[in-house]
Amino acid sequence: MNEETKVLESFETAVLERFPDWVTPDEREGYQGLLVDPANLIDLMSSLRDELGYDHLTSLTGVDYLPDEKMEVVYHLVKSTGGPILEIKTQLPRSNPVAPSLVGLYPGAAFQEREAWDLLGIKFDGHPNLKRILMWEGFAGHPLRKDWVEAYHGEEKKPYDDRWPEGKARKIEADNPYRENVSYPEGFNPETWIPDTQELLFEGSQRFQLDDDLETEQLVVNLGPQHPSTHGVFRMVAKLEGETVVDLEPVMGYLHRNHEKIGEKNTFAMNMPYTDRLDYFCSMSNNFGYALTVEKLLGENYQPPERAQYIRVIMAELTRVLNHFMAIGFFLNDLGAYFTPALYTIKERELILDIFEAVAGSRMMCNYYRFGGVVRDLPEGMEEHIRKLVYERLPRQIDELDRYLVENEIVVARGRGVGVLTPEQAIGLSAAGPVLRASGVPYDIRRADPYSIYDRFDFDVAVRYHGDVYDRFLIRYDEIRQSIRILQQAIDGIPKGEVLANKKAYKYKMPKGEAYGRVEGPKGELGYYVVSDGTDNPWRYHVRAPSFINLTGLKQMCLGEKVADLVAILGSIDIVLGEVDR
Amino acid sequence: MKGFGIIKGLGVTLKHIYDTYAEDIKAGRKRYYTKEGVLQRRTTDTKGIFTVNYPEERLAVPENFRFVPFLVYEDEDGEKVPRCTACGICSKVCPSQCIWITRAVDQETGKPLKTPAEFYIDIDLCMNCGYCAEHCPFDAIKMDHDYELANYDRTQNNIHDKERLLKPASYYAEIRPGYYAMEQKAKAEEEAKRAARRRPRE
Repeated sequence: MNEETKVLESFETAVLERFPDWVTPDEREGYQGLLVDPANLIDLMSSLRDELGYDHLTSLTGVDYLPDEKMEVVYHLVKSTGGPILEIKTQLPRSNPVAPSLVGLYPGAAFQEREAWDLLGIKFDGHPNLKRILMWEGFAGHPLRKDWVEAYHGEEKKPYDDRWPEGKARKIEADNPYRENVSYPEGFNPETWIPDTQELLFEGSQRFQLDDDLETEQLVVNLGPQHPSTHGVFRMVAKLEGETVVDLEPVMGYLHRNHEKIGEKNTFAMNMPYTDRLDYFCSMSNNFGYALTVEKLLGENYQPPERAQYIRVIMAELTRVLNHFMAIGFFLNDLGAYFTPALYTIKERELILDIFEAVAGSRMMCNYYRFGGVVRDLPEGMEEHIRKLVYERLPRQIDELDRYLVENEIVVARGRGVGVLTPEQAIGLSAAGPVLRASGVPYDIRRADPYSIYDRFDFDVAVRYHGDVYDRFLIRYDEIRQSIRILQQAIDGIPKGEVLANKKAYKYKMPKGEAYGRVEGPKGELGYYVVSDGTDNPWRYHVRAPSFINLTGLKQMCLGEKVADLVAILGSIDIVLGEVDR
Repeated sequence: MKGFGIIKGLGVTLKHIYDTYAEDIKAGRKRYYTKEGVLQRRTTDTKGIFTVNYPEERLAVPENFRFVPFLVYEDEDGEKVPRCTACGICSKVCPSQCIWITRAVDQETGKPLKTPAEFYIDIDLCMNCGYCAEHCPFDAIKMDHDYELANYDRTQNNIHDKERLLKPASYYAEIRPGYYAMEQKAKAEEEAKRAARRRPRE
């Protein structure tokens, strides 16, 4: 831990020494990173990217510091060759928060800047398409601002005072019935409003000329939101020229519930079950990331004991295996192999879910990790069961799945050379996880910036080099095999002992400060940015959702492809809408 | 050769079809609609049909399984005495704030009593996280194994009151024998310690 901080500090001093006029260290209590004036931001970022090699903008978010009348934009940068995070912050006046847009330098900032505008009302000067992304245009206000109040508002913070000692159950909807609590922004009339992307739809009537004298029309096709291949309520508006995609606009937010606002009302411990509901296939990984982040805030006393570390790794890797099994199965569904492959993979997932149910009590909403360990020890016989699974069943089944699908001519024909993302594009678009690694960038946080006890295990970073749909399909096989390797070592090495470092608590003495924790989730880098103001509830709680940010690259992948490939390309990214929309 | 990959894949499918019937013949009648049959389908070396025909067949839930909470009561001469002391910790830790408790008050003196007068759980809000059971210092609220709560009118039936929530300690012992035994043991030890402490004073 100490060594890690030292490396980070040396990185920061390197930046400080190089650009003494532009950056100052952030000296608030519990804060790290560097502060930069918004006027110098673009210069600093381009120097960081081109001279020091910080080419991957992992996370971009804002914080509303209402008492100081300030808005802060927080950037997390990494080198795609590995190493710890560099945190850059810029402060803006709250009355008129305008920051320069980074889309020109890091195209991956596009969606994240739109999200910050949508939720916090921070304007990004120079953004090509700065409009709401998760909320619709008729939404009044910016919900993550601290002075914004939701429609079904109970009390400011949980726990609510009316629950005890004189609690009388009531439905809060009754106090504030639907239709009476709706407000629109000024000058907005929902009756006459036409959504932006709808205009794109109407553009289809424009006639245009092909090179030969054949007269055709550009056609706009709307896929979703109710479409079985979009894996949920996700919408793509594609502009076609013949069958070729010339423009594509992803539309999301149909499942938005403002996870972050809920998180700021909750206490720190209450957030744990909510993280289950982000990427509902991988609740164990989500728990892992959140637990790591808050442990960073809590400090040394909350380092989990050995046994808990092993259990955490085992559960996280089992999650990766089940997620990739599902990804492979549903990718085949998208290609039209209706449900036979998906059922074979669901079968393996089911065996892993049985383990989760026996260990955590629930198949999908596990809520198993706690700050400083895990909630309970493995039940009797579970180690033996997992050993059997990872030594006998899973290797056999992944080989069978390999025989079943990898050489299949249809999969090859539909996947090879389709939806290509070059390594430069993948890094620039802030892609993470399998999408990044399939493009030939061997970046895996378990190796690049090890957390927990991953530095003890012997495994290879899976990487494929073509960046097409077929490689994104194959890399999931590779990752399952590597995960099985880790699982075998972990189940052999798991010691006896305690599983929780501290006593069970529901309130923690949170020091002031901030923390960014990240794990290599099955879908990519899952990051949590938490700011504590010393009270029981987090001041800011932000999730860097890998599915959401991987979608930034969707348009790039789809341009020039046939419309039938859109579904395959989307399937190869492997998104979960619970995480995209949060 | 073109098409070889598909044929290889179809071979896998064929093997799965073969396994289905082979397993059925091997296991005979006891594969379906019996407890051991269901259990066998969930082991790590299972082959063939994997699905369970709910509701005729049911998966056995593990001891740790959790669904909406219930209140444990001790049966003292036919009277239901809830273990709950209305301390309110469960309602404070509840992430979705679905627990409402009214503390009972002594009618004569006006002092609060260590028992709940009313206890509500809105199971529409409850997310089955298990925090209430985890943090209850009196082992009074526990997570249930009964997951069949579907009904026709959610506005009427989904706020569980005290009467609906109370279940006997014997039921708890039945669904979570391991935890019950552990807690009883801990309680007995505590009792013994307290008795030992009291004695020298007398």
